[in-house]
Amino acid sequence: MNQTTSPKRALSGPLADQIFGWLAKAAALLTMGLLAAILLSLTFSAWPAIHKYGLSFLTSTVWDPVQEDFGGLVMIYGTVATSLIALLIAVPVSFGIALFLTELSPAWLKRPLGTAIELLAAVPSIVYGMWGLLVFGPVLATYVQIPLQSAFSGVPYLGAFVSGPPVGIGILSAGIILAIMIIPFISAVMRDVFEVTPPLLKESAYGLGATTWEVVSRVVLPYTKTGVIGGIMLGLGRAIGETMAVTFVIGNFNQLDSLSLFQAANSITSALANEFAEAGEGLHQAALMYLGLVLFFITFVILSLSKFLLAQLRKGEGTKT
Amino acid sequence: MSMNAVLEARQARFASRKRVNTLAIVLAMAAMAFGLFWLFWILFETVRLGIDGLTFATLTQMTPPPNEEGGLANAIYGSILMVTLATFVGAPIGIMAGIYLAEFDSKGWLAETTRFVNDILLSAPSIVIGLFVYSVVVSRFKSFSGFAGVVALALIVIPVVIRTTEDMLRLVPAGLREAAYALGAPKWKVIGSITLKAARSGVITGVLLAVARIAGETAPLLFTALSNQFWTSSLSEPMASLPVTIFKFAMSPYENWQKLAWAGVFLITLAVLGLNIVARVLTRQKS
Repeated sequence: MNQTTSPKRALSGPLADQIFGWLAKAAALLTMGLLAAILLSLTFSAWPAIHKYGLSFLTSTVWDPVQEDFGGLVMIYGTVATSLIALLIAVPVSFGIALFLTELSPAWLKRPLGTAIELLAAVPSIVYGMWGLLVFGPVLATYVQIPLQSAFSGVPYLGAFVSGPPVGIGILSAGIILAIMIIPFISAVMRDVFEVTPPLLKESAYGLGATTWEVVSRVVLPYTKTGVIGGIMLGLGRAIGETMAVTFVIGNFNQLDSLSLFQAANSITSALANEFAEAGEGLHQAALMYLGLVLFFITFVILSLSKFLLAQLRKGEGTKT
Repeated sequence: MSMNAVLEARQARFASRKRVNTLAIVLAMAAMAFGLFWLFWILFETVRLGIDGLTFATLTQMTPPPNEEGGLANAIYGSILMVTLATFVGAPIGIMAGIYLAEFDSKGWLAETTRFVNDILLSAPSIVIGLFVYSVVVSRFKSFSGFAGVVALALIVIPVVIRTTEDMLRLVPAGLREAAYALGAPKWKVIGSITLKAARSGVITGVLLAVARIAGETAPLLFTALSNQFWTSSLSEPMASLPVTIFKFAMSPYENWQKLAWAGVFLITLAVLGLNIVARVLTRQKS
């Protein structure tokens, strides 16, 4: 068959095609290999610490670079506590934003408002950090922490949550700033999944006399719940991995002596950002690598879960009409 | 009589449903205002404090020691150099992988796995990328270097570009490809001069978004490129970058450093938001 075409085309066509195909495949393989390489190299670098502490690393609160004794619980607590505060604030707000954008907003406002919220995600995290430390922190201290402290100072249990120096640095400020940073991610997913709800379902509910709130809470939300949870997971993954903004405002304090929300603390990411470049090779660096591995593992699990849930929703799309 | 009672009960129920609805609407509007409030507050402070610290010297002089006059020239240069190189390394790889996913093998196991891995990489904490590059580049060559910074940033570019390239290529109508094949064009030519060209503005948007993302990244540079007080063009030395310099200066107690940090924050926000808006305009024209 090839003899009928000119020799030049017969040669250049298939050969160039093959080279192009190989290049494309190599790029795809490279991406896939990247994940494996990250996991392997982190495990390898963290090995001295993994070997020495095993899983007890995750439950020990000692972090003493001088004595070379390391445990990650303080940082893990900081990461979990700040992310939970962030979710507590961001989820209801994002739901409100998504509800506003899909059901309430006039059509001409949808695009500019949606873009404005998305721009919140584009602001670099270092900007959040500096703003949080120098602008937001002092405001939080004066107008939130001091009043809260004077209101709850004698109250048992609650008083413990608001003890400590009200300087605008600590778990609470880090949590609030993380909340602002993940609102655009969660609300974007919620808006998108709300929009895939078949109009027929919503119109039927409206036709029966349901109010906007009833349509959203009893038709849209049940229809999209897996997607909504997927979006929340995505936001959680972001919050856990966020570095710079947290490093600025969390206070970088490696002890866990009170449950106060105003207490300076540390998170996995900020410990890495602050200590890694100065850590000598050896156990200190290995312990930090171990923390990085734990962080990567947590985000991996959360993101896989979120992807799975979002895929579930997409699967149901065609069948439920 | 009982008829009236039923009617009243219904009306009360209707009124309470309406109250709940109004409450929900008010709360949704409050949430929207809450989100916008932060954006405007952050932008306002950035502009106010940033312009205050911005002078001509900021762009022309080197980063100073504490309490001396100076600028951010070496940091700006380092950022531009590393971001440009990282884009030139990462974008072609991302585009090729995106082409593979959209044009060569869109349903096979390799494509499915790559897509999954790519989504993980897309949202992976950037500081982990820094750790990875540290352990494979910096600790191997025993020195922090601009080169390691470029690698770290390129690794962040790749997943962003893959995602947008694949999405954009999928929007190209199949008829266009089939027409080109029917004319006897080989596959590489169909992709190069037909589909990629049709999806051009979308692919460029992806690259722009990737540039915007890495321009503001600090975490992956902290222990790869580190920082440098002086001007350097050598990629084998530690290299200053705008975000890392801002981090160092903002956390310091020196007033002139903090002022420079605000100027840097202003420049970086301007660049990143500008790129985002350009990218949005490009895609809007497309649709």
